Amino acid sequence: MSDVTDTVENAVATQHGCPVQDSHGQQVLHASRDQYVSVIKALADEGYEMCVDLTGVDYLANPHRTIGFGIQPERFEVVVNLLSLTLRKRIRVRVQVPAEDATLPTLFDVHPGTEAHERETFDMFGIVFTGHPDMTRILMPEDWDGHPLRKDYSQGSIPVQFKGAHS
Amino acid sequence: MTVISAGTAEGGQELLSRSELTAKELLREVGSVLRLSETEAALLAEVETEAPEDQTMIINMGPQHPSTHGVLRLMLELQGETVLRCKPIIGYLHTGMEKTGEALTYMQGGTNVTRMDYLSPLNNELVFSMAVEKLLGIDGDIPERAVWMRMLLSELNRMSSHLLFLATNGMDLGAVSMMLYGWREREDVLRFFQKVTGLRMNHNFIRPGGLAADLPSGWRDDVLAILEGLPSRLEEYDILMTGQPIWRERLQGVGVITAQEAIALGATGPILRSTGVAWDLRRDMPYLHYDQLEFDVIVGQYGDAYDRYAIRFNEIRESMRIVYQILDRMPSGDYRIQNKKVTPPPRARIDESMEALIHHFKIFTEGFKVPEGEVYVAIESPRGEIGCYIVSDGSANPYRMHVRAPSFVNIQTMPHMMRGGLVADAVAVISSVDPVLGEVDR
Repeated sequence: MSDVTDTVENAVATQHGCPVQDSHGQQVLHASRDQYVSVIKALADEGYEMCVDLTGVDYLANPHRTIGFGIQPERFEVVVNLLSLTLRKRIRVRVQVPAEDATLPTLFDVHPGTEAHERETFDMFGIVFTGHPDMTRILMPEDWDGHPLRKDYSQGSIPVQFKGAHS
Repeated sequence: MTVISAGTAEGGQELLSRSELTAKELLREVGSVLRLSETEAALLAEVETEAPEDQTMIINMGPQHPSTHGVLRLMLELQGETVLRCKPIIGYLHTGMEKTGEALTYMQGGTNVTRMDYLSPLNNELVFSMAVEKLLGIDGDIPERAVWMRMLLSELNRMSSHLLFLATNGMDLGAVSMMLYGWREREDVLRFFQKVTGLRMNHNFIRPGGLAADLPSGWRDDVLAILEGLPSRLEEYDILMTGQPIWRERLQGVGVITAQEAIALGATGPILRSTGVAWDLRRDMPYLHYDQLEFDVIVGQYGDAYDRYAIRFNEIRESMRIVYQILDRMPSGDYRIQNKKVTPPPRARIDESMEALIHHFKIFTEGFKVPEGEVYVAIESPRGEIGCYIVSDGSANPYRMHVRAPSFVNIQTMPHMMRGGLVADAVAVISSVDPVLGEVDR
């Protein structure tokens, strides 16, 4: 969980109890899984009324990355981009999702527009959004094996079946 | 490497038949997206489930239907001619472009992203290049001429995209002659693109660090010819469509969406603006030099298909206004950054210097390394906010390249717009959302 340890910077900027990072001039907020929905809700109340994007990243090939703020890096990360029309500002929320329990609560109740994004992230990474009303594949066929954007998804060995072909 | 088959017992993607439907699922399908109070939602669910199943029919519209703009499949539940529920089913054009993006270098990435939204390829390239430049830390050093050239191309691209919208919108609603006119006007712009970039579409012309080449001689006359020919034609289309009672009857009050719904659904671009929300990234979060230009953000009032048509129509005029200003202010100078890291040496140097040849070879075979980091950059494409999220691990390939496609999000508004309308209006709704399936499925 996010035990904020002030080792490098003596004063870590926080927002809603989450450390805030500056990435190329863009605000990034690191939330833990427990804080995730409540932070997004709090940000929505603060004026970030639109969720423009939600996607995942698989850090399997890059396990020793450092995030800082005492946050334990996990295999998956879910990235949520929020936009405020009134403040004309953006903020990005990053959540670590462990491989052994790749689940995250859904944002459907806060931002209904994440419905398709969450389905896509599930389809591509296998991260299950609990409470999502329709957790099905969106881009790949229903009976597809595996999740293509995972780093250990084997490319080039997909059995292609042609109907009626003589084997 | 093993193929992972995680415990994903997912169900079908299709619209469920009414007998299998629980109130929660119905809520998602009909008004999922609304922020209803509990009681309102329960009321809605009760009323709808009472419709006897033998009076309704679920039909497929698409994926090969000509008015679905590609391979969009809509499952519609109809009672007579009224649409009760609708579910868009996508993925027929999925080619794994985000996965491909991880295998291509930053140098090659433009060829990939340009194929996503094939009606505004230059905007795709622009957002990708801007994200890479931000990671490289050179986003402030792009030469002035390159910035203005990017704006010129992106505005002309907006015009060509909206002209194609006029064509397909006309065709979908029965004004077939408009289809020919729209394609004809768009072709004028594409002919200019061909002269500049060498290709009508999928240019890969805007690249990290600048552009691939300078504007050809005589470009100014070509742009002026487009700008001078268009206004009289647009007036003709105004007479042909805007004022016509049939056209108005067909669009006004069809596919209505409120500002609250559009924001909740994440809809951007003309869909959001049609509801009266004046939100245009070019004005509200300026990138390039849009803050130095004068233009209006076109806003609708009723959030219906007619507003969306009128917004796109008038945005063509605004883009022309912008292009005139760009013509006046186009500076001379370099069209790409002179940074040895990302820019290959000039052709003349290759003939005389071995090092330049090696450098040239290495840039195109290995690409250039981008420092570790992650960045999200968004610009206003003709369809709304197109964003690019890139994670770099310090190598020459993006570790993760995600494109936030406006059509992918905007398609979620369709069930809302169609609900309770006539099946004939479904075509008007699809057309007014103006999705590009290449970008929806990526």
